[in-house]
Amino acid sequence: MITAPFDYVRADSVDHAVQLLGTHGEDAKLLAGGHSLLPLMKLRLATPSVLIDVGRLAELSYVRDGGDHVAIGALTSHHDVATSDMVATDVPLLRRVAGQIGDPQVRHLGTIGGSVVHGDPASDMPAAMLALRATFVTVGPGGQREHSVDGFFTGFLETAIGADEVLTEIRVPKVPMAGWSFQKFQRRAQDWAVVGVACVRNDTVGIGLVNMGSTSLRATAVEDALGSGASIADAAALADEGTEPVDDLNASPEYRRHLAHVLVRRALEEASR
Amino acid sequence: MQVSIALNGATSEHEVEPRLLLVHYLRDVAGLTGTNVGCDTSSCGACTVLLDGMSVKSCTVLAVQADGRAVTTIEGLATNGELHPMQAAFREHHGLQCGFCTPGMVLAAVSLAAEGGAGDEAAVREGLEGNLCRCTGYQNIVAAVLDGANGNGVRS
Repeated sequence: MITAPFDYVRADSVDHAVQLLGTHGEDAKLLAGGHSLLPLMKLRLATPSVLIDVGRLAELSYVRDGGDHVAIGALTSHHDVATSDMVATDVPLLRRVAGQIGDPQVRHLGTIGGSVVHGDPASDMPAAMLALRATFVTVGPGGQREHSVDGFFTGFLETAIGADEVLTEIRVPKVPMAGWSFQKFQRRAQDWAVVGVACVRNDTVGIGLVNMGSTSLRATAVEDALGSGASIADAAALADEGTEPVDDLNASPEYRRHLAHVLVRRALEEASR
Repeated sequence: MQVSIALNGATSEHEVEPRLLLVHYLRDVAGLTGTNVGCDTSSCGACTVLLDGMSVKSCTVLAVQADGRAVTTIEGLATNGELHPMQAAFREHHGLQCGFCTPGMVLAAVSLAAEGGAGDEAAVREGLEGNLCRCTGYQNIVAAVLDGANGNGVRS
């Protein structure tokens, strides 16, 4: 499969990328690892007129100690996130999620930032970001902005990031002592989750849902119920509240709701051990 | 756009369309047909090559993304007619049936071993999750990778 024709330009800095986005307008797309974008382009579901390649911006590939959080450059590969000692120690859920995206070849090129800004509700990383209450740093013509993960995923493949902005950093609060769990129900090893649940539990709880609507979703009703002292079983029964799961080849909405109940319960049990 | 790729140790320079996939560059421009196109959707791993030493699926990489970088295909593993240890292990264990997945399997295994991820059978089976063998010949493939990974599967 061959993509539609496009012009290719290479950014040599974040500022250059912002400038190129301004020059080429809304038909331009940033190319990082390309492992979400290129498959869409090969199917011609995406036909950007210009690709701005930011994949060589080595200054956006890092895992650093940010004090109360781990600071991860947007172009850090899933492989590098999954093999980072700091991530393993301070955010073990993130290591697990990054380490089972796709397969080794995909993890070598796919990036954490690419996963986040792609905003695919079937993707695991955005749900993990919700569970972990991450903050996203973007740079645009007006300078730097910080975005809470809540409200960032605005629609199917849509986020709050502006068309002229570049995601530069993901800040993930450290939770070294928290219980955690990642539950992914899939038919085959490489498949997208039919439904997935990312969960972190310490004095509070964070739960992100994969594939339970047109965006990645927080299981707000479950979090609130647990905060009010509900049992795991009672809270997990609220897992599909506020969701609108799709009907597709893999599952009906009813089945997805059922899976959400079961997987949230399992996640909370594992995270509460 | 002009690309210059360190392809199997030699410089490969061509004018390409930006939308040219690396796998098509390798097969149709550079004439290296050892890299197969299987699913063309980054699932099956038949098109696996090494990009700066790391396994990648060349059906989901643009040739322009490889510009200025090193690409190793199955043709580039042997030196002076001597098989790479991973190739030799695949031959020794007959780690193939039809052979279509083999170039990708070997290169994925070389990358896995270099990362220290081929220590035991479970690690090898998980580490090869991105490569499908439709003959279901996994038993001998896994045996070959475990053997070929001794010494990390990298030539000393």
